[in-house]
Amino acid sequence: MKKTYKIDVDCANCANKMEEAAKHTAGVKDATVNFMTLKMIVEFEEGQEPKAVMQNVLKNCKKVEDDCEIFF
Amino acid sequence: MNKKQKKMLARILLAAVCMVVFSLTPAKGWLRFALFMIPYLIIGYDILKKAGKGILNRQVFDENFLMAVATVGAILLGEYTEGVAVMLFYQIGELFQSYAVGKSRKNISELMDIRPDYANIEQDGQLQRVDPDEVAVGDIIVVQPGEKVPIDGVITEGSTMLNTSALTGESVPREASAGDSVISGCINMNGLIRVRTTREFGESTASKILDLVENSSSKKSRSENFITKFARIYTPAVCFGALALAVLPPLVRLLMQAPPQWSDWIMRALTFLVISCPCALVISIPLSFFAGIGGASNAGILVKGSNYLETLAKTDCVVFDKTGTMTMGVFEVTGMHHNTMEREKLLELAALAECHSSHPISKSLQKACAGPIDQARTTDVQEFSGRGVTAKVDGREVAVGNAALMEQVGALPLDCHSVGTLVHIAVDGQYAGHIVISDVIKPHAKEAIQALKRAGVSRTVMLTGDMKKVADQVAEELGITEVRSELLPADKVSQVERLLEEKKRGALAFVGDGINDAPVLSRADIGIAMGALGSDAAIEAADIVLMDDDPLKIAKAIRIARKCIRIVYENIYFAIGIKIACLILGALGIANMWIAIFADVGVMVIAVLNAIRALWVKKL
Repeated sequence: MKKTYKIDVDCANCANKMEEAAKHTAGVKDATVNFMTLKMIVEFEEGQEPKAVMQNVLKNCKKVEDDCEIFF
Repeated sequence: MNKKQKKMLARILLAAVCMVVFSLTPAKGWLRFALFMIPYLIIGYDILKKAGKGILNRQVFDENFLMAVATVGAILLGEYTEGVAVMLFYQIGELFQSYAVGKSRKNISELMDIRPDYANIEQDGQLQRVDPDEVAVGDIIVVQPGEKVPIDGVITEGSTMLNTSALTGESVPREASAGDSVISGCINMNGLIRVRTTREFGESTASKILDLVENSSSKKSRSENFITKFARIYTPAVCFGALALAVLPPLVRLLMQAPPQWSDWIMRALTFLVISCPCALVISIPLSFFAGIGGASNAGILVKGSNYLETLAKTDCVVFDKTGTMTMGVFEVTGMHHNTMEREKLLELAALAECHSSHPISKSLQKACAGPIDQARTTDVQEFSGRGVTAKVDGREVAVGNAALMEQVGALPLDCHSVGTLVHIAVDGQYAGHIVISDVIKPHAKEAIQALKRAGVSRTVMLTGDMKKVADQVAEELGITEVRSELLPADKVSQVERLLEEKKRGALAFVGDGINDAPVLSRADIGIAMGALGSDAAIEAADIVLMDDDPLKIAKAIRIARKCIRIVYENIYFAIGIKIACLILGALGIANMWIAIFADVGVMVIAVLNAIRALWVKKL
């Protein structure tokens, strides 16, 4: 399952870091962050509850870039 | 400017004033330190906080860390003004970047302003605005003058002019009346129309296009991936380089029993750190691609990803489909020879005889016939599959078809020197002449081939399922040197495969109309579908979609891609070049902190401004 979330982040490099962090979160198959449209597309692994996974994605993103936000 | 940016601007101004005032005061020692701490903390508290958090989260080597180390170091060495200035300029750079990115984000979304916000539904004689998502297929919606068509559908009532410029880049409005289909995203210019929807909102053209453009930069180009990888090794490498610069030379000097000059080398190391910030690269490359894709979509060229823009720029060989791409794909009467009666009369007889047939050729005969067609004049219609028809028109025996049919009715058909499909006509068993029907070349097709050659494409090939004679004539007229004719759809794939093997450099682009050439579109390095407005299959299969069917757009797309890639490379070489030069100067002690600030912020500003140039594609 693929879902698109709106995000808020200030710099392009931070967006790249968020993408890496999201990719390495458990339950996430793949993730892309588009800095220009401020969107994160997350592909979840089968049988995962997006809400719960996104909590962890946000936590991991906050670790690499404190000043970011994901709206879900 | 948003709230965040305004706050930052206030901090910058305040800190700048403090810095200038305090640097003029004669205060010395601790007092001076305390005074300079005020602007330093005003401008840099968030950077210090982020750097601290980064260390706690084991994310040490980021920009914040670089800036924190560089400025704290400068302050410890007593270079207060420099320390504050570095932080100040870094923040100015960040503010500018965020402003510029926000601005171009807005520009591009304005260009692509086709998202309808509401749909009008009539209820009890009153118009009601509803969310277009709630409109079901088959509902009637009302589009008033000045509004956007929210959902694809067919006009049931009313007529108007539609402005399709946001979709196609074409400024001439399109006429539409009852029975015509309309596409979401068009602007209704003057008349009120009622539209019966044929799709859901999410499946409508406007939604699909927006989806495509917004997700386009997710498919990253090679240069973007290069920069991401580059930044990942670059920042730690520079940090260790700076550390080595701070420690090794003084130690060597100590060993050689010279004075170690610790503060000098540490200052050089700090300069080194400031120069090294990778932001210019990291921001300008995706921004260039985004601007290029945005500019292209404004010209009616949809690019599905920055990787495709990169491949398109390398195009060296363009392969075309003939029908629907270089020609209109509709048949028209282009000649009439050996006619024994008036042209109009003969045409009318032929059209009447064929009036019950839905074959494209009979359609074109009916279209060419000036007056209305009264079907009651035709009786006793007999169709001969693969040959034609015979019928009684106004009591006369008329036979319309190919040479075989003529022989069947005992008439002697005459051959023709012009190229096209021949329709022979016999009246009362006597040969009455033939009509030549052929596909019409698009008005800009010839110019388009020349434009491609000017754009640096060295090879143009046309593939077609049509007869050799027809194909050769079209190719000659257009100036295409290579033609492969009488191909089945599967042959087109193998032809493209052979061409792919033959080519030595560059990329191969295939241009088709998206109708039954999807396999070829996906097999080529880059697939371009044209005239795709409303055709889902084409939008799915192609990498680049031309919204209208003007072949001139092919060359334009290539030029836009080339410009965008040129800007990307300019930025890569410029930013890395200046950085390396400054790094060397910094290590040698020639570049001071001020040059370092230029190398960081200045380069970034220039790179961002250059990147935005990719948006301007009007004159290409």
